[in-house]
Amino acid sequence: MITFILRRTCLALVVVLTVMTLAFVLTRLSGDLAISIAGPGSTQADVEVIRKAYGLDRPVLVQFYDWTRLALTGDFGSSFFFKDKVATLIAQRMPVTLSLGFVGLALALSISLPLGILAALYENTWIDRTATMLAMIGQAMPSFWLGLLLMIVFGLQLGWLPISGTGSWEHYVMPGIVLAFTAIPALTRLMRSGMIDALSSDYIRTARAKGLSRSSIIFKHALRNAAIPVVSIAAVQLGFMLGGSIVIETVFALHGVGYLAWESISKNDFPVVQAVVLVLASLYIGLTLVSDILNALLDPRLRGA
Amino acid sequence: MSAILEVEGLAVRFGPTQAVRHAHFTVHQGETHCIVGESGCGKSVTSLAIMNLLARNGHRHAQKIIFAGEDIQAYSDRQMEEIRGNRMAMIFQEPMTSLNPSYTIGSQLTEVLRRHRNVSQAEAEARAMALMARVGITAPAMRLRQYPHQLSGGLRQRVMIAMALMCEPELLIADEPTTALDVTVQAQILRLLAELKQELGLGILLITHDLGIVARVADHVSVMYAGEVIESGRTADLFARPAHPYTRGLIDCVPVPGKIKAGEPLGSIPGTVPVMKEGFQGCAFRFRCASATDACTQDVPRHEIGAQHHVLCHHPVTDKGSRA
Repeated sequence: MITFILRRTCLALVVVLTVMTLAFVLTRLSGDLAISIAGPGSTQADVEVIRKAYGLDRPVLVQFYDWTRLALTGDFGSSFFFKDKVATLIAQRMPVTLSLGFVGLALALSISLPLGILAALYENTWIDRTATMLAMIGQAMPSFWLGLLLMIVFGLQLGWLPISGTGSWEHYVMPGIVLAFTAIPALTRLMRSGMIDALSSDYIRTARAKGLSRSSIIFKHALRNAAIPVVSIAAVQLGFMLGGSIVIETVFALHGVGYLAWESISKNDFPVVQAVVLVLASLYIGLTLVSDILNALLDPRLRGA
Repeated sequence: MSAILEVEGLAVRFGPTQAVRHAHFTVHQGETHCIVGESGCGKSVTSLAIMNLLARNGHRHAQKIIFAGEDIQAYSDRQMEEIRGNRMAMIFQEPMTSLNPSYTIGSQLTEVLRRHRNVSQAEAEARAMALMARVGITAPAMRLRQYPHQLSGGLRQRVMIAMALMCEPELLIADEPTTALDVTVQAQILRLLAELKQELGLGILLITHDLGIVARVADHVSVMYAGEVIESGRTADLFARPAHPYTRGLIDCVPVPGKIKAGEPLGSIPGTVPVMKEGFQGCAFRFRCASATDACTQDVPRHEIGAQHHVLCHHPVTDKGSRA
């Protein structure tokens, strides 16, 4: 188990280094950075000054070496637009994104897991069909639209919840619900099909032949095996929630990392773009690592891999 | 010897399909009763029906299913849970998939004892190790900590047997326990079952399609065809004087070394087991039977043709070559 974790961690580090390289290369592929920073209507002389000031006149490999060296110590340079350290910017925005992501995931899991299990236990009954229908609606509904609906009902008409901003925990309820809705369909269907598979398996027949109670059969023997794919997908979904919540952050005016990424891309603030890509990718890689470890804990057959 | 399981008029239906029709047999203490038949004849369904482990779309009906003197047909789910794994245990055909891949062997063995008996984990582990040693698993202390995927098929089936014996059951139902195993392991498992029957006075209901196994381990045989027990008798009688044309056909299909000649085809019964629907009348074997007559479209009486030897046929073969 320990060698498994070590090996997976080393692999994850290699992936992080690859992402660093890609983030660096991709921002430079988008054209001459000095020209885009200078903006339209600038003279050749302005561009040259900017090129010198930001060190863009140095060989690319030297730039990459410097950036990597500093990035590994947590220094991503300064933002061109905000006049702040990039690291500070990200550190300010991260709590918003993290809270949103974890609220979203917690809500999604607490709804989709019981729903999926119930649907599997009562396969082909009205319970199952209702659950599947809910999952389908969730899949079909655009998240910004659901966000606006919630704002109208709970924010404006009922006045229960604040519409936008990040002042208190109540600000995270509606965006959390919207974010959860993006993950619920996949998780519900996965939990349902995993449980159906597990419940029809030979080892469940053995468990029943042993005279075990219904709850022990469902929760001890079936759920543990059915949970394995769910853990993997939940980790991926949390990654999406952390990195891909730009739409929801915009709708609810939550200034998280997704929003920061969008701002800095549109303003050609490439140190921020590079850093955000790297940080989000690292989070994603970290989550995958955690899900691999969780899966190995659940399924002993994976521990040798 | 007293009867541990008595089944009379057992029928199992899956929708319109009748998988088992008025099956009857009795398993005595310290006896191996074999149910033999080809694929699809209803033998596995019969074993699951006794345990009340049929799939949700399966419906069971019987005149009686007497287990240890009590009719268990009306038992609630809770009452059946208390018997299963405790007084009536089962092992299956697929040792590779019958154990939960996520739990250790030890956890799966001790679980059944702790479910039915008030013992500590340490006591349960001691019993598990003793039984593992008894069923021929070396280094039981190590195996206890291992997971199913670390064991071979033969070892896993031994684990299944040990698990079935944890609560000292009176009846062991074994559904094709050796089909998935190679021949040497098969022989070891069969020998083990025979020994356990002697030692523990177990009644064993062994489901198989292999007449070689029947000849080796059975005390009593019931031959099933299309959901019915068409012939039953003591093993020696049944092999010496098979009365039903189907039984006779089955026995002819077994290659006997020395008796068959190279290049000569083995015996076979043309056709397959028909799917039985409600309202079927007469003998189900008549479509494949060489001695079928018009009488075979009528319902078949059960003939007693010897001590404990019954046959369900209008034209039973009572002596070699001659017909009644």
